[in-house]
Amino acid sequence: MVGKIFRSCYLWLILIFLYAPVVLLVVYSFNASNEIGSWSNEWNFSLYAMLFTDEKILDCIKTTLLLALSASAISTLLGTIGAIGMFYSKPRVFKILNTVTQVPIVNAEIVTAISLALVCSILLFPRTYASLLIAHVVLTFPFVVTSVLPKLKQMDPNLYEAGLDLGASPLKALFTIVVPEIMPGIASGFMLAVTLSLDDYIITNFTKPSTIDTISTYAYNAYAKNSANTSIPALRALSAIIFAVIIISVVVANVNADRRAKQRGNN
Amino acid sequence: MGKALKFSRKNLGIPYFLFLCLFVIFPLLLIVVYAFTDGNGSLTFANFIDFFTKGSNIYVLFISFALAILTTAICLVIAYPVSYILARTNMKAGSVYLLLFILPMWINFVLRTAAMKELLFALDKLGVYNITDWYFANTVIGMVYDYLPFTILPIYTVLIKLDKNVLEASSDLGANKVQTFLRTTLPLSLPGIVSAITMVLLPTTTSYVISDTLGNSKVTIIGKLIENQFNIGTADSWHTGSAISLILLCFIFGTMLLTGKFNERPNQRGGGLW
Repeated sequence: MVGKIFRSCYLWLILIFLYAPVVLLVVYSFNASNEIGSWSNEWNFSLYAMLFTDEKILDCIKTTLLLALSASAISTLLGTIGAIGMFYSKPRVFKILNTVTQVPIVNAEIVTAISLALVCSILLFPRTYASLLIAHVVLTFPFVVTSVLPKLKQMDPNLYEAGLDLGASPLKALFTIVVPEIMPGIASGFMLAVTLSLDDYIITNFTKPSTIDTISTYAYNAYAKNSANTSIPALRALSAIIFAVIIISVVVANVNADRRAKQRGNN
Repeated sequence: MGKALKFSRKNLGIPYFLFLCLFVIFPLLLIVVYAFTDGNGSLTFANFIDFFTKGSNIYVLFISFALAILTTAICLVIAYPVSYILARTNMKAGSVYLLLFILPMWINFVLRTAAMKELLFALDKLGVYNITDWYFANTVIGMVYDYLPFTILPIYTVLIKLDKNVLEASSDLGANKVQTFLRTTLPLSLPGIVSAITMVLLPTTTSYVISDTLGNSKVTIIGKLIENQFNIGTADSWHTGSAISLILLCFIFGTMLLTGKFNERPNQRGGGLW
């Protein structure tokens, strides 16, 4: 009994450590005081109003979301093609392709970032939205490959052969048999790519043009450089919104998973 | 059947291989070329010699490793009991708890670090913390805060799969709880611990967002050193930066080959929800 109380106290202590900073931001996002630590007795949505009228931050949000979605879409296509291609190649070719695919995962982000910056400079390719997009594809595609490969391994190889025997062309068999079978892997690869792209700072910083900012680079410049940035309070409101969105999506995902599990149980 | 038909699936590897060559292999080769040349393009080892003979660089190496080892150690000490308790809680409650522990890692990394800065700032105002002078502590706290979920997950994954019969066998053979833990649970969970270490050690030496946000520009780690070289923008600085990157690269791939982790990295950076 004592042990049980002790164990849950420990868990809650660590949870408090993990959530205190975010909860503090959420509480202060509704307070009229512009500075954390000083308290105003007035509660309002002024920081949210500030956030939604700040053109610069709104631009960053738009850029971040668009970049994450488009880079992840390209990554998912590329990673799926790569996973299928390497899986059906000779073992030696598979090993080479798979090892090179792992390089961006194990490599330090700063090394990947400068290597891409060097490519831009040597090819005299100016840093544009295109270079930023490619960099995010490089950041995320290995994770799509590692999500899709296990699904290919689980698939019954005879299904594809049966499709061919029944007269489907290889391309048709690929789209109607292989792709639906590995769809869960493709979907989770895409989600993983989106989360990684949304989070990235270092690679973005080295491949973006100076005119474009993502949430990460904007927040870094506001907080790390100690500049007299007046929109820091608005970033509190943004953090609170992001936190709320994450909680809602996790709850929705879990409720859906529960419902699906129950349906399976009923059948 | 056979060759002519299967051909189309294998062929998908070709455009993929071209992409890998252009955006993974070629950029890394450029780093190697830059590391061994100077601003005029002639072959030189000066970049490496300079790096290892400059006192300030050695200090950066020292600080990076000190930070990384301290952060990793604290993360392990906190995370292991968490994972252990979670793995022994009943299935449903355990998975809800686990979700609570890894949920913060989906909040934007920079904003999350900034939130910790705001908290420390508030504590400073209350008079229980000193954010201006304790820059090393700030950085360690920030790093532990950011990487703790990444430590909990791999250890939990190993512990939850642990065969309960082995533990029962241990107690049947007369071991008490402490002995069972030290002689069976701990050694069997070693792969999770190793995996957690590789998840935390590398980013703490290279990901400079935390040290920049919380270190009051007094904490320079290897990653920041490389970034500085590329921001100075003199003729030679990019070559110096490439040399440091190459040293880092050799170190990373050396440890990867040693631990044999190369082909079995799980998708834990994304949190395992998807």
